[in-house]
Amino acid sequence: MIEASERRVISVIVVNESSVLSRITDLFSARGYNITSLTVAPIPESKYSRLTIVTSGSVRVIEQITKQLHKLIPVLRVYEHADLVEKEMAMIKFPVSENITDINTLCEAYNGKIVNVGENVIIAMVADEPKRVENFLSIIKRYNPKEIVRSGAVALER
Amino acid sequence: MQISGAQMVIEALIAEGVDTVFGYPGGAIMNVYDEIYKQDNFQHILTRHEQAAVHAAEGYSKVSGKVGVALITSGPGFTNAVTGLADAYMDSIPLVVISGQVPMSLIGTDAFQEIDAVGISRSCTKHNYLVTQASDLPRILKEAFYIAASGRPGPVHVDIPKDVTAEIAEFDYSAEIDLETYKPHTKGNPRQIKKAMEAIAKAKRPVFYLGGGIINANAADEVRELVHKTGIPAVETFMARGVLSHDDDLLIGMLGMHGSYASNMAMSETDLVIGLGARFDDRVTGKLSEFAKNAGVIHVDIDPASISKLVNADYPIVGDVKNVAKEMLELSSQINSAKYKSWRETVANFAELHPLTYHEDTDRIKPQWVVERVGQLLGAGANISTDVGQHQMWTAQFYPFSRPRQFISSGGLGTMGFGFPAAMGVKAAAPDKVSINFTGDGSILMNCQELMTAVEKKLPVINIILNNNYLGMVRQWQTLFYDKRHSETDLSVQPDFVKLAEAFGGIGYRVTTKEEFDAALKDAVEKNIVAFIDVVVERLENVMPMVPAGGSLFNMMLLEKKETK
Ligand SMILES: Cc1ncc(C[n+]2csc(CCOP(=O)(O)OP(=O)(O)O)c2C)c(N)n1
Repeated sequence: MIEASERRVISVIVVNESSVLSRITDLFSARGYNITSLTVAPIPESKYSRLTIVTSGSVRVIEQITKQLHKLIPVLRVYEHADLVEKEMAMIKFPVSENITDINTLCEAYNGKIVNVGENVIIAMVADEPKRVENFLSIIKRYNPKEIVRSGAVALER
Repeated sequence: MQISGAQMVIEALIAEGVDTVFGYPGGAIMNVYDEIYKQDNFQHILTRHEQAAVHAAEGYSKVSGKVGVALITSGPGFTNAVTGLADAYMDSIPLVVISGQVPMSLIGTDAFQEIDAVGISRSCTKHNYLVTQASDLPRILKEAFYIAASGRPGPVHVDIPKDVTAEIAEFDYSAEIDLETYKPHTKGNPRQIKKAMEAIAKAKRPVFYLGGGIINANAADEVRELVHKTGIPAVETFMARGVLSHDDDLLIGMLGMHGSYASNMAMSETDLVIGLGARFDDRVTGKLSEFAKNAGVIHVDIDPASISKLVNADYPIVGDVKNVAKEMLELSSQINSAKYKSWRETVANFAELHPLTYHEDTDRIKPQWVVERVGQLLGAGANISTDVGQHQMWTAQFYPFSRPRQFISSGGLGTMGFGFPAAMGVKAAAPDKVSINFTGDGSILMNCQELMTAVEKKLPVINIILNNNYLGMVRQWQTLFYDKRHSETDLSVQPDFVKLAEAFGGIGYRVTTKEEFDAALKDAVEKNIVAFIDVVVERLENVMPMVPAGGSLFNMMLLEKKETK
């Protein structure tokens, strides 16, 4: 029986303490779950951090992931998002010889802009839904990007 | 009061009411051992291997229901203990294992005897801590005991650098535990419980599926009452042996890979599985898609992650099985036990068709006979531990268990070498009962150094070696599924087990007849010192019946009918 696998976004609120991140990633690797992206940063003015994990799996697997995450002692809350706003950032390095105006226009369409122009390279950034970031990255291929870095998604329930 | 980290460990153990600690010293834990020397509030049992210290703590915990404690040093001491941690984790045994670590200033430098202990234990403990300052110790130790024993129990590991055990800080153990991120859910949802009871009342062929969680939760009394009030027959998992007494009319038997035909058929024919503290382990369910195929499922478990992990629960109830069973009892008047009469008869017929039995058709002693015989001679007066292999399954099948916490065995991890040290822990916790360890000629060599501990500390475990000159269980699979290619399972070359026991100051018996066995057991019980009873048994006996791995419960390989002339 092959169960349909779906992309899901899970937020985890954890107590800020040493090794909490490895507890989370160990859980994923030990149980054979897959992590597409993971972002983490402290929640302002609290002793907690928020992790946003993009993963995929069948309904059963996702349910296990959330339950197993919840079992970890430093985990305060686990949200499996249904209705959410999701953003991801990407930074791209282009050769300075590429058409800077075109690149800038494209970036603007994806909520971004050129953030640095040096002697040899242009650096652009966009911040948009992960799917759109994906789109953007495929479109800008023709401008010969030299390096791409993606942040992984962050998400908030609507 | 201002005391050292090492003194805090002692004070915490005393405050937790610990009376026995198992352990093995070394450089990084020496400050704590120095404090152990100075105190006489609890006894310390020096095992001869760290793995054994943890297994002994497990045996102690399983019999007493208390948190077991082991104390070990860093590096190799810790890595030796890992198997014990993993074993306790799989079987949900509450332990606090305290290890020494190299000083804070040396962590991360590949120092002598340094190992990333918390990194290693993360995947085989319920929780773990690296203590970085002595002032954290009171809180951490208190949390460790609390976390180990509450919710779904499990081992907690506390790693303490040597300089932290020397550091002086304030010790106050009175603070209440307040873990905002850890609040085990112990009370089952009343509406779900009500619905479950209605489902039971409607069912025609319900079966109780009793798991080891019942024993962990000390819920056997409530569960027994529930079974009797409702008149619904029950199967036990390997880990639940003894929840119902062997002579209970409603006990169908053990289910699963080496369960009884009747139990597995009942599970296949039932229309409602009432799972209590059981986790639908693959050795229990066989082929998942065929397991209780036409049945609804009630699943009561303290661990939400256990529910619907493998088998979808129609009535999931998260809670302590003791609480839930009590609530179910209150609603049990709506259930008419007479209604299940014909179902009980059907189950009884299954049992009659293929009873759990064996053939006495050789000159050699049959291993099953040995287990039965010990049952006849010692019965409820003994606590029974096992190692892992055929002897373990025969013990689960043929020993007449009559109470919870009587059977101590490595279920989830299946750890050879578990039995002897666990039986020592059992003896330490329950000195008034005989402590038997059923073992194999393979398993016993995995922790036989514990003869020394048992002699020194007067822990008279009786090890009954069902000696078949094979790694029997593996040999059985080779016979059945690998066309008899007995690759590396022949143990014909053996130590002299009698001399081995004697070399450590214990007593040894070599037994080839039933009369000799009776005499040896009687003598060992009377002499009350650690013993090896080396029983020469039929070499090629198989554990039957059997569901081949991944097969369906209703498709058992059965004991061949004895030919009648
Ligand atoms: C530490 C460990 N290593 C290997 C195994 C695999 N294993 C399971 S049963 C078994 C054979 C046990 O032989 P023995 O102790 O002689 O018992 P018997 O099956 O003959 O009763 C083995 C090797 C195991 N369970 N544990």
